Amino acid sequence: MIISTIIALASPQGLGAIALIRIDGPDALEMTMKCFQPAKKIAQIKPRFQYFGKFFHHDTLLDEVLITYFKSPNSYSGNDSVEISCHASPFIIKKIIESYLDLGACVASAGEFTQRAFLNGKMDLSQAEAVAELIASESTFAHQIALNQMKGGVSNELGSLRQKLIDFSALIELELDFAEEDVTFADRSEFFEMLLEIKLKIDELQNSFAYGNSIKHGVGVAFVGLPNAGKSSFLNALLQEERAIVSEIPGTTRDYLEESIVIGGITFRMIDTAGLRATEDTIEKIGIERSMQQIQKADIVFYLFDAYTHPWEILLDELKKIPQDKKYMVLLSRYDTYPLDWGSEAFSDFVNLHYYIIGNFFSISSKDINLIDQFKRHLVEMVLEWKPRHTDTIITNLRHYEHLVKASDALQRVREGLDGVSYSGGYI
Amino acid sequence: MFDLYQVIVVGGGHAGCEAAAVSARSGCKTLLISMNMMTLGQMSCNPAMGGIAKGQIVRELDALGGFSGIVSDESMIQFRMLNRSKGKAMWSPRAQNDRMLFSMKWREKLENIPNLDIYQDMVVGLIVKDNIIKGVLTSLGHEILANAVVLTNGTFLNGLIHIGDKQLGGGRIGENKATGLTENLIKLGFESGRMKTGTPPRLDGRSINYDLLEEQKGDEEVQGFSFLDIPKPKQQASCYITYTSDIVHETLKEGFDRSPMFNGRIQSLGPRYCPSIEDKINRFSDKDRHQLFIEPEGWHTNEIYINGFSTSLPEEVQFKALRKIVGLENVKMYRPGYAIEYDYFPPIQLDSSLQTKLIKGLFFAGQINGTTGYEEAAGQGYIAGINASLYAQDKEFFILKRNESYIGVLIDDLITKGTEEPYRMFTSRAEFRILLRQDNADIRLTPRVIPYGLIDENRLNRYNQRKDQIKQAIDLFKELRVEPNQINDYLIERNGNPLTQKMPLAQVMLRPEIDLSDLIEQCNLKSHFEKIDKSALESAEIEWTYQGYIQKEEDIAQKMNQLEYVKIPSEFNYDKLSAISIESREKFKKIKPENIGQAKRISGIKPSDISILLIYLGR
Repeated sequence: MIISTIIALASPQGLGAIALIRIDGPDALEMTMKCFQPAKKIAQIKPRFQYFGKFFHHDTLLDEVLITYFKSPNSYSGNDSVEISCHASPFIIKKIIESYLDLGACVASAGEFTQRAFLNGKMDLSQAEAVAELIASESTFAHQIALNQMKGGVSNELGSLRQKLIDFSALIELELDFAEEDVTFADRSEFFEMLLEIKLKIDELQNSFAYGNSIKHGVGVAFVGLPNAGKSSFLNALLQEERAIVSEIPGTTRDYLEESIVIGGITFRMIDTAGLRATEDTIEKIGIERSMQQIQKADIVFYLFDAYTHPWEILLDELKKIPQDKKYMVLLSRYDTYPLDWGSEAFSDFVNLHYYIIGNFFSISSKDINLIDQFKRHLVEMVLEWKPRHTDTIITNLRHYEHLVKASDALQRVREGLDGVSYSGGYI
Repeated sequence: MFDLYQVIVVGGGHAGCEAAAVSARSGCKTLLISMNMMTLGQMSCNPAMGGIAKGQIVRELDALGGFSGIVSDESMIQFRMLNRSKGKAMWSPRAQNDRMLFSMKWREKLENIPNLDIYQDMVVGLIVKDNIIKGVLTSLGHEILANAVVLTNGTFLNGLIHIGDKQLGGGRIGENKATGLTENLIKLGFESGRMKTGTPPRLDGRSINYDLLEEQKGDEEVQGFSFLDIPKPKQQASCYITYTSDIVHETLKEGFDRSPMFNGRIQSLGPRYCPSIEDKINRFSDKDRHQLFIEPEGWHTNEIYINGFSTSLPEEVQFKALRKIVGLENVKMYRPGYAIEYDYFPPIQLDSSLQTKLIKGLFFAGQINGTTGYEEAAGQGYIAGINASLYAQDKEFFILKRNESYIGVLIDDLITKGTEEPYRMFTSRAEFRILLRQDNADIRLTPRVIPYGLIDENRLNRYNQRKDQIKQAIDLFKELRVEPNQINDYLIERNGNPLTQKMPLAQVMLRPEIDLSDLIEQCNLKSHFEKIDKSALESAEIEWTYQGYIQKEEDIAQKMNQLEYVKIPSEFNYDKLSAISIESREKFKKIKPENIGQAKRISGIKPSDISILLIYLGR
């Protein structure tokens, strides 16, 4: 099989000023020179120089373009490749691609450039995966993680773990193959120490997945509370638009509603839920059920509570409805409407008494900009706290995560084997 | 004067003897040419066979109808099963042997093989036409013709012996070196290199004070190597342990300036895992003593081999240092230790049949391929011998895979990775060592060579009997039940949980605290197992208790073998793989892997190289 020459539009579809078309494969330059006439007479196209000239489609002038030639192996994919910057008219783009197809090129399939880079050894699998994530990244943090991975962050981290595991098994092999010889063996405690060190590292990477995944897909934040607690108003304030319909009537929000917002470089998926209450309204009932499902999926749950109008005891029962494994926080909503003598000290005493259920609380308002900003800062801090402490490498890829889980299990079995707990102790 | 032979084997060491035997027995008219018929099957270094991973090879050779196991058993003076404290997959048989008897027994075997001729002469060149082997030239001027030739020259090719600053040509001390052949091979286009090995001094046993030494006895029960019933020695000789000391090290250091190892006279690499005493002092300078084994050389001699004291220092330094060792204060030396340099041919020039890629019908085995050890040599000798025979008969080659045998691992490593220093087998080189046990070598391998006529009736009966008995034993494990009152005292004594109800033996024996023979004893089940051989019972126990792990390795092996079936045509043009690095391409071109599995094992080859290769192969 011979490597084919492939072509694709590298910049986004649609109207714009300039578009970039990439051609990759052994015939990239030869094909280009059949359509391209440099403005200045030159002996030959030098790699990594940009040339201005005219692009012809079947001898008809199509556009004035810039081309750059990358010579194998010094290109993104490792093959010969050419990049054409043309004017971004869909017609021009279509005709340029057609010119190449007429010359025998094929249309690249999604990810094919990166696949070629992988096959040519320009990047390893985890780096190639990172390219996809880098392109798809929507926020600063997601971008950073993908960039770190593409530069080899995950590969390096795993590389050093691999070396440690090799050292570990070498010590075990030593004992097996040189039992009769004059060699000093590692004692068991040394084995356990090494194992523990490796396992901690793997577990940390494994745990970073939850964080990485939240960063990659957005941190799920659910706003729950009694009907008319002000969830929708607060969400609108955060989003700075009238996204949710707000009214004085409890039960206005009948279905959940989700909207993304980037705060402090992190994408949050803000989920407004239907107020939870016993209702006879079938549609509202379904909405409440769906809200419960959203709570299950959220990373953080905020319980909005109007401490001025609602009896405080309700809070205790309400919080128990939130699934146990969810992190939640109580927000005192509509804080701007509370009169000065609303009884904040008594409320603090109440919270202290039930601290193990209520925990810390935070005052919010959909009208007070300061309170909104404070809340946003607090939200970002909460997420940053999940960040692994001892590594910059964050796992965001499910394949990586699953392998780490397997590795961690295998190490557990090694431990048991060394301990002689399970039968496998007899093998070494 | 000479008939036309089908196979000529050059060299009569461990590789040559096995090669000649298997070639003749598989139906080829075979000639064994040795420089000295008095030293057929000579143990050039330590008088011992087997050991960890090596013992498994001897068992495999026996299962394949080779002679190393029988000859070892017949000349055995001590037997030990090593690694007994480890899992049973790691158990490894090892024997001390009577050096002279070992050689005599080999000669006796060879002289009794029909179809096998023996001639004493030195081969100095090959007769080759159009890259096909035609025969050999000898120093006496004979042209002996054959369809296939196996070279097993050991340390004899341009052998150079070093003792201190003295140098003498020779393949072993007191024996001539072989000249001419290396030059001939290089002219034919082969690449060659130099390697080094060494041996310790031999001592007069009468001059050793054994009272000061730690005795190391043989096992009470002598299992031996062969699956046949070979009479075992009624009594065993003991080995003894002593140590070097600071004073010994200081004495040895006095000779370092005259050591060929340190003054640069020897450049070639020696076996890493069998270093000379001067090397040990140098490399492990923090150790104040090194263990030494005093090993008897046989029943009818006082000669002693001092294992761990390999050296090429001047004789008088060797002697002076020996006398500083506890127990050796008045020792007398029979022969000094020495180092020897010799030519080898990097084994990536071979394919998996051990045929050279350059010359059809020419096979290499043993130290000429850069290995060390009798067992490694014998294993290669067998494979080269059978394949030379099959080549001469125009039949398909016999290849052992990595999941079938240590011999397969050895050869695959050699031809895909090559070796820069003498290659020694370890269990860690095998990825499937729970499959490659010493106890099941016959089950694994004996049926494979029945078609070649290498399994006589006696061995076939033994094989069938053992196979049936293993099955019977496993059936009994499942059938028989254990009562709590029979075994609970025993379990409690060993910190195990007592049984609450009747349970199948098969289940109870899985408990790690239990020994099967105790269990059978305690529960009065002995009569059921009366008809089952001890060895069969042991294999059955391992098969049953390890079955989960065995299954797992078999699954992995099957996956791996799928890659072995993806053949790469020998004329494949690697230059068109422009997408892979020049380094990888060069490796492919040089090694010419036969299949994807081999290609993958070449060191430095990346997974992406394999992906690309697969794409080009149309996968």
